[in-house]
Formats: sequence, structure tokens, C-alpha cells
Amino acid sequence: MVNKHICWGGDHSHHHHGGHELQVQQLSACYGDVVALQDISFRLHCGHTLALTGPNGAGKSTLIHLLAGLHKPASGSILWNNTPLHQTRHEIAFMPQRSEVDWRFPITVRELVEMGRFPAIGNWGALGKHDREIVDKALESLHLTHLQKRQIGALSGGQQQRAFLARALAQEAHILLLDEPFTGLDVPGMESLGELLQSLAAEGRLIIASHHDLTSAPRIFSHCLLINRTLIDFGKTTDVLSPQNLLTAFGKQHFTTTA
Amino acid sequence: MNEFIQFLGEPIAQRSLWACAVIGFANGFVSALVVLRRSSLQIGTISCALLPGIALAILLFGLMQMSILIGAIIAGLMVGLGSLFVSRTSKVDHDTALSIIHTTGFAIGYIILIRLGLQQKVDDWLFGSIMSMGNADLWIAYGVSALAILSITALQRPLLIYLFDPRAATAMGIPTRAFSYGIFALIILVLVSSLQAVGAFLTLGLLVAPAATMYQLTNRAGLMFWGGGLIGGLGSVAAFFLSYPLGWHLGATIIVVLGAIFLLAYIFSPKYGLLQRKR
Repeated sequence: MVNKHICWGGDHSHHHHGGHELQVQQLSACYGDVVALQDISFRLHCGHTLALTGPNGAGKSTLIHLLAGLHKPASGSILWNNTPLHQTRHEIAFMPQRSEVDWRFPITVRELVEMGRFPAIGNWGALGKHDREIVDKALESLHLTHLQKRQIGALSGGQQQRAFLARALAQEAHILLLDEPFTGLDVPGMESLGELLQSLAAEGRLIIASHHDLTSAPRIFSHCLLINRTLIDFGKTTDVLSPQNLLTAFGKQHFTTTA
Repeated sequence: MNEFIQFLGEPIAQRSLWACAVIGFANGFVSALVVLRRSSLQIGTISCALLPGIALAILLFGLMQMSILIGAIIAGLMVGLGSLFVSRTSKVDHDTALSIIHTTGFAIGYIILIRLGLQQKVDDWLFGSIMSMGNADLWIAYGVSALAILSITALQRPLLIYLFDPRAATAMGIPTRAFSYGIFALIILVLVSSLQAVGAFLTLGLLVAPAATMYQLTNRAGLMFWGGGLIGGLGSVAAFFLSYPLGWHLGATIIVVLGAIFLLAYIFSPKYGLLQRKR
């Protein structure tokens, strides 16, 4: 039962074909009359880190929101192990942008992590011994045990990101969706978060993040999805971020700015 | 003093005391929702908008308990949803739309009520009059209080996830849209049921100050509900004992007492108080 959702223990994930695969098929999204995304398709096994990149307004956040089930697609489907992803919501953990979080909210780090147990215990169940152990383990693996009684606003930026990651671990989610997680972090903070995401993926999770910084993308993410409302390219990060593709995505803008 | 003790023996005094305790507790309990959602100004405008609803209901159906209640609920919903509609269908933002609709509605309601010759009643609705609450008023207030406390307690866990991180809540499958309408409806019910007690102007204080006080005392959102309830209930009871000897208006005294408690927490809170920060 414990191993049902997460394939702990490394790179075996590459081998079980047909299982633990995210499959996005011809996904489109609209806001009113405006088409935000059109005909996005890709498939990826767990164990990888995927960056969603593209220029401003390309639909990175929209795609993250679609995957998280926050916005209904106009057409297309999102499958996880060949069943609709949103029928297995406990498999997805969503991490909001730092600017969207109310950091003064009266909640401690531990209570934030405990929120991750909600899909498992539901409205009425109580937090049992098993749940507390999972929360302890999540706090420990992200080095937050000594900070667990702190109010979340009293943490550094990197610690705040780790607290939200700990919530995703406590949820035992297979897919982690992060909306611009690197924004507002200093260079050491970026590097350690990048390493953390890689190690979480190596344990068998699928990490998907919207990411606007092209220079850091190859160091952090194994795979990359380059979009500008439609799919430009998908594959290994170094292949996708070729000069030709970037010209298609960004036009001349990319070469005149340092983006 | 003797006179006061004699007054306490009267049934009306005991009824009022109970009303203070229950309405104070329920409002304090629900105030955590208002403070954690940061929607106090929005709730304030809606509470003032209850007046035109009452006026219209009286105009249409006469001065009846049920008509007043239903009119107030409809007015609250109309202003809340109407402002949302105007802001979505025009250039005007939500706060602006809310301000225009609620002041216009308030003005119309005031004109109607004065034209109907209900000056005394208007004062009661604006500033409250616990002593003149009838049996039906009290039972409605008790019923709404029980509903609010039970439903919030039962749904506290998903509710807190929704309040803190609505997007993650949606991703976890929590019905956030239903929650947002449910919270709105619950707050309007509480507003309406305590309208007789503290009035449309002052009821906002009762629905904000208790949780705002707890906000300065605790890091745990769960404590804001029960703590807010205790502060609201005890503060209202204290106000009851102050208002008679001092000859102060009861509804206004409740708000002054709660304001004073907030001020104490603001200055002396061991975690976030002004004195603590200076140090």
C-alpha cells in the first residue's frame, strides 16, 4: 500500500512503460474569446524534471493551472497512467507562486505540512499516528524539523519553498506542479532548490515547473517544453533550447534582452 | 447599584444577557473567516446594504419579522453578487462597484423608511437594540449561531486550506467555489441575525474585532475561531454589565469594549505587540 503512489528507489521509473506516465493530448485553453493555449501534446514518465518555458504571455501559468485542475481545458485530455489525471487528485501537489501566498497567515510550518494529509484523511478523519510519521519524515527530509513551530512568514525564501515542498511530500503526490518556483530566490537559494527538485525526481516523482529563466533551465531541468501559445518543441532541455527554437519562440526579443 | 441588581432579576435583563453572550460568541467565531479572508471592508458595505432590503420588504409585505429577515438576506446577496457582476461586465473594479451600489441602496432604504414613519425603527436597525429583540429574533439568532459554529467546526480542516491556499485546495479536490459561496451566505445570515442586536453600522465591529485580536495573539488559525468566539462572547457580556450603570447604549458599548480589547492586544501581545516589537 505504501508504495502504491510513489516509486521510491530511483530510476526504475524509466522502465515501466505504460505506467506512471503523464500524457497530454491536444490540450487547448481559452479565457473568454481569447485562445491562451492551442493543441499542446507531450508525454513524460515519472523520474524527470520538466520546465515549461516560453516568453511572457506564452501560457506557462495557464498550462500549470490546467494540469493542476484549476482551469478547465477547452479541449484535449490529460491522462495519468491512462486514466484522467483529475480523477486521481491526490496524485497532484500544487505549489503556488510566492507572491500569491499570504505569508502573514497564522499557520506554522508543521500545520502547513499537515495540510498535505488532507486528501488521504478527508473532511472527517483525524490525523493519526501514521499521518504524523509521514509529516515528521517530510519535515526531516527537507531539514525543517527545527523550524516546524515557526510561523511561515518567519522563514527565509528558500525555507518557505521547502515548507511547501514538504507539504507535497506529505501528500505523497506523484506529480509536483510548481508555478515559477525560482522567482525571488537568490543564487544559492536557486541552486539548492534546483538540486532538491532533481533529487525528488530521482525518487520517482514527476516535477513540472513553469520557468522563465532560460540560462538556468539546462542546469535544473532534464526536459523542457517550449511554448508560445502553441507547442514549439518538447524533449531534452539542451535540445529544445536551440537557437533556432528560441528564435521561433521569442523572435528577436530574446537576442536583444538578457532573458 | 441596588437598582442594577434588581434589574438583573427581570426576565428582559436575563434574556438580553443571554443574547449578548450567544450573539457575541457566534459573531466572534465567524469573525475568523472575515479576518482570514481579508474581506472586512466588503462585509462592512454589505451590512449597511441590509437597510434597503429591510425597507423594500416592509414596503411590499408590511412590518413582519419574516419579511424583514428575507428582505435583508436578499439585499445582502444582491449587493454582494451585483457588485461582482458590475465589476466583471464593466471597467469599474469590485470595490468601486460595491461602494456605489451599497451607498445608493442605503440612501434609498433610508428615504423609504423615513417616509413610512419608522424613525425609531431605523435607529434600532442602524445601531441595534438588544432589549427590544422579540422571541422570534432571539430564536433566529440562536439558530444561526448554532448553524455557523457547527458547520465551521465540521469543515474546519478543508476550510483552512481553502482560506490559506485556494489554488492548492482546488488541486486537492476541495470544492472551493461552493466554499466561497457558502462562506458568503453564512456571513450574511450572521449579519442579519445580529442586526437587531448591534445594528447595521456596528455589526461589522463584532464581525472583525474578536478575530483581529486573536490574530495578534496566535500563530494557529484554528485557535482564531474559538478564541474569537470567547472574546466576542465575554466582551459582549462585559459590555452588558457596563452599559446599564454607565447609561451607555448597549450595542455601542459592545463595540467599544471589543475595540478596547483589540487595542490591548495590539500593544501588549507577547508575540506581536507594539511593546514587544520596540524591544
